[in-house]
Parts: sequence; structure tokens; C-alpha cells
Amino acid sequence: MSDTAIHARGQSLPARGSGAVWLAAFGGLLIVAMLVSLGLGRLSIPLPTVAAIVGHLALPVPESWTVLEERVVLLVREPRVLLAALSGAGLAMCGAALQGIFRNPLVSPQILGISPGAAFGGALAILLGHAGVVLIGSSFVFGVAALVTVGLIARIDGRTETATIVLAGIIVGALFSALVSLLQFVADPDSSLPAIVGWLMGSFASATWPRLALAAPAILIGVIGLFFLRFRVNVLSLGDDEARSFGVSVERDRWIFFILVALTTGAVVSVAGVIGWVGLVVPHAARLLVGEDHRILVPASGLLGGAYLVTVDTISRTATAAEIPLSVLTAIIGAPVFAILLRHSWRKEHAR
Amino acid sequence: MTTLTGAGVRFGSRWIFRNLDLHAPVGRSLAILGPNGRGKTTLLRSLLGFQPLTEGQRDAPSVIGYVPQYASHEVGYSVRQVVATGRVAQRGLFAQPTAGDMEAADDALARVGMVGFAENRFDWLSGGERQLVLLARAIATGATTLVLDEPASALDLRNQDRFLAVVDSLREDGDHAILFTTHLPQHAAAVADDALLLYGPEDRLLGPVEDTVTEDAIARLYGIPVRIVDCDLPGGARPARGVIPLFGQAGSQA
Repeated sequence: MSDTAIHARGQSLPARGSGAVWLAAFGGLLIVAMLVSLGLGRLSIPLPTVAAIVGHLALPVPESWTVLEERVVLLVREPRVLLAALSGAGLAMCGAALQGIFRNPLVSPQILGISPGAAFGGALAILLGHAGVVLIGSSFVFGVAALVTVGLIARIDGRTETATIVLAGIIVGALFSALVSLLQFVADPDSSLPAIVGWLMGSFASATWPRLALAAPAILIGVIGLFFLRFRVNVLSLGDDEARSFGVSVERDRWIFFILVALTTGAVVSVAGVIGWVGLVVPHAARLLVGEDHRILVPASGLLGGAYLVTVDTISRTATAAEIPLSVLTAIIGAPVFAILLRHSWRKEHAR
Repeated sequence: MTTLTGAGVRFGSRWIFRNLDLHAPVGRSLAILGPNGRGKTTLLRSLLGFQPLTEGQRDAPSVIGYVPQYASHEVGYSVRQVVATGRVAQRGLFAQPTAGDMEAADDALARVGMVGFAENRFDWLSGGERQLVLLARAIATGATTLVLDEPASALDLRNQDRFLAVVDSLREDGDHAILFTTHLPQHAAAVADDALLLYGPEDRLLGPVEDTVTEDAIARLYGIPVRIVDCDLPGGARPARGVIPLFGQAGSQA
């Protein structure tokens, strides 16, 4: 057959440049964003000095900076910048993977109830007067508990369908959001209430090397796991029944993704509060540039998400005398960007 | 090779089918015919292992090449990549497609006559083209059993012809057991060796298409009379068989 096959209508993939070029560009962007962030703040340090301070950890660079500069860069700003980069990468990769396996562009880590669950856990810890490890542990445990609840609700007759998972996530998320409001209602308006509100709005201000060491392993497991599973997203994105017939155990695979997402999101929320929009917007922006193939899209989202959150965090701590909460900034930047992306991609999709 | 033995599925108190013995050997093609709501889809899902049997046995390979009725997925991967997912699916969680997988994907695309589309975006193909790509993906899995859910029902005549020609060529190659559901008896007559007519939960007719896709059997199945017409083709090995439903004559004995 096929000599009369319907002729191709000039539909080949648009030349987007190779994926490796985009990944290198996003990687460069991330490094620049981190170096700039290390130099900016109350004590402004020129970029070459920052690069030299960071570089001398591995390379023999002659010392040409003050002790104060080194302490500010390595002890104060470095853990914060690393945590912002890791968190941004983790949230964006979670969003990219979830949007792929749900075949739904509106899914983000928040939709599975993980963020609201973790928020409740953290708020509860603050209300009970805890901070540090207890806060992190509590928000992480409740984030995972929210996910498990979603899974139990959505599992009907031994099968979990995509739609029931999303709806169960909304249900559980709404429940935990209400519980967070309840905690705020009963919190002491002079002490714990502002602490809860401040924490919920998201900030890396409390980042230190020990806190980074607490959160980084969980986030790294998520980031590395999602990176290696990136082609699996392609497989799962093409329909549950087909994948199942091809010998994929769809439920098991999906739970592996959920656990990685819960690890990453729970860890981020526990050290930095609830940071919205990154997991939703960054994958869309990356998709517009590198295309839909998750082999490129997942790592590209990670690099871009890291660069984005480092930049947002830099703005949040340098724009005004007081720190602007992260969620406020990610939403103020994210909402209009998302609106533009939406119109752009919709027009492109429907103009052919 | 897929076998159902004494199979039955019950929803509540209603049996969808019962005491069904079905054997789909490699090298043969089976059409499953039945009115809406008579259990075609349930039977197909049972064959695939998605629908647990209430009673009876299912014996099937772990990998089956399933082609859904519609390619509803709006993914912007290249066609070659879509086909390659079929190769990589059973190779483990962390598997990435290799150059060999991409070659196998091209081979599968060649078998369905879509090799020229390998670099195209899947979501920009027409419905008929997508269906062929999904068939290529099913072939690329290496599965010996292909299960097609009303594969050509939503296609125009030219694309029905393309799809049926591909199914026919697969049948002639003899590497696959092919099972498909259809609403069009003519498709069964064109590319099936055997047909299964679902009259009721335990009332069915299974046999070679010459004996099962007949005017009487099809009229009884759908409740409207049909005429079967053979058109001799110049140089053709066998006549083209048309099954013509006599619309407006339902219930009459025309």
C-alpha cells in the first residue's frame, strides 16, 4: 500500500534545535542566576569575586577577598541559593512529570494534596511550639499522609483512574486547607499566627547548611529519580490501557512517580513553606521551548525551575528592606506569564 | 495465542457472557460482531486482562498489542517516538529508547505504510493516520497477539481501506493472532478468517467467516435484513464481498 498514502502536509516537527543545546543553555542560566544571587544582598560582592570564592573550594585560586565576603557567600548565601535551586528544580520536574502522566496541563504537585497536607503538618508543628526538625518532619509526614489518603480514595475495585486521582487530590487538598485555616483560627495572634502565616507564604530565609542537609537528600532522590524515569513519562502519557496491554504495570509505575513527587514536594514545603506556581508554570515555559518529549522536557524543566526560583528568591530578599514572601512573587510573576503562555500556545495549536 | 476457557463475566446479577470458549491462534484473524451493549467491549477487555473473569480461565501472553478505538492522546512527540514507546514499555522503569528501538520503530511504521511520517508530530496527524501509527506501536511491542477495538469504525472509506489492507497484510504474514471488534460485517468479511457473533450472554455463533457472516446470521444479529453481494474483480484472487444493510426494513423478512 502507501503509494497513494495521504501526503504529508508539511507537518514535520518544527526545528527546535537539539535538546542538548537547550539543556546547556538552561544549565548556564542556572549557574549565572546562582552566582548573581550569591553576590547580591546587603553586602554587594562583584561577580568575579563570587566566582573566585566558590571556585577556590575546588581549584587553586589566589585569595583576593575579605574574610567577611567569604563568610557571607559560603555560610549565609550559599545554602540558601542551593536550597532555592534544588527546590525550584524539584518542583518543576514534579510538575513536568505529573502533567505528562496525567495528560493534563493543569496538574501540579499541589493537585495531589501533598502541598496542603504538608502545610497542615508544618502549621500544626508551629502551633505546638516546635521548629526545626519537628517542623520539617511533621510537614513531610502529613504531605505523604495526604497522598496516601488520595490513593485510598481513588482506588476503586483495585484500579486507580486518572480522573479519580485528580478529584481525590482536590478533595483531600480542600480538607487540609480547611484544617490549616482552623489552625490559624485557634493560633495565638501575637506569636504563632504570624509564624504560621509567614511560613505558609514561603521563604528560604531560614536556610542554613544543616537545614539544607536535612532537605537535600529527599529532594535529590526525587530529582534524580524523575530524571531517570523521564522516558517512562512518555510511555504513560500515551494511555493507560495501551501501556497496560504492553506489559506495563501502570498502577505501580504511577505510585513510584507519586512517591517521588511526595518526597520532593514534602521536603520543599517543610523547609521553605508552600511555594506555588513553579511546578505549574515552569514546565509550560520549558515545553514551549524544547517541545513535549519528556526525555528533554523533564531535565529542562528542572534546570529552568532552579534558575527561576533562585532569581525569584534573589528578588524577594533584595527588592525591599523586608523580605517579600516567595508565593506572592511566584504568583505575581507566574500568573501573567502563564496567561501569555496560554494564549500563545492555544493560538498555535488552533491555527493549523 | 490467547485462549478463554469457560469464561464468564457478570455485572451485578446480569451475565454479559458465559461459558465462552475462545481460541485465537497465531496466523488467524478473528472478528467480534455484536450490537451495541451486547458485550463486545467487555469481551475485549477480558481478552486483554483488564476485566477480571467472574468464572473460567484466561490464558494469554503478558504482552499484547492493543490498539484503542480512538487515538485521543494529544501528545506532540514525533511519530517514531510514539512507536518506540511500544518497544521500551516492557523493558523496565528506567529504560530509554536505543538506536535499535528507533530502527524497530521504523520497521513497524514501514509495515503499516507510515514510514514517511516518522518525523511528524503525532498530534498533528489525521485520525486515520494516528490509528495506523498506534497499530505500528502495537506491532513494535513484539506481541504475537494484536487486539483492535473497532479499529476502522471512525474512519472514512479511503482510510478504512488503508487500515484493512494493513490488517490483511499482517494476516498474510502469519506472525500474529489478530482479534478485532467491528460494527461493519463487511470488515469481517474482508480481513477476518473467523467471526464471533454475539447474540446473547450464552447465545453466540463462532466459525469461519464464510459460515458466520451470512445474510441470515447477520440479519438475526442486528435485527435488520442484509444482502451479501460478491463483486468479481478483474485479476482478483477472490471476489470482493459486500454486506449491504437494507435500512428501513427492520423487522421485515425482506
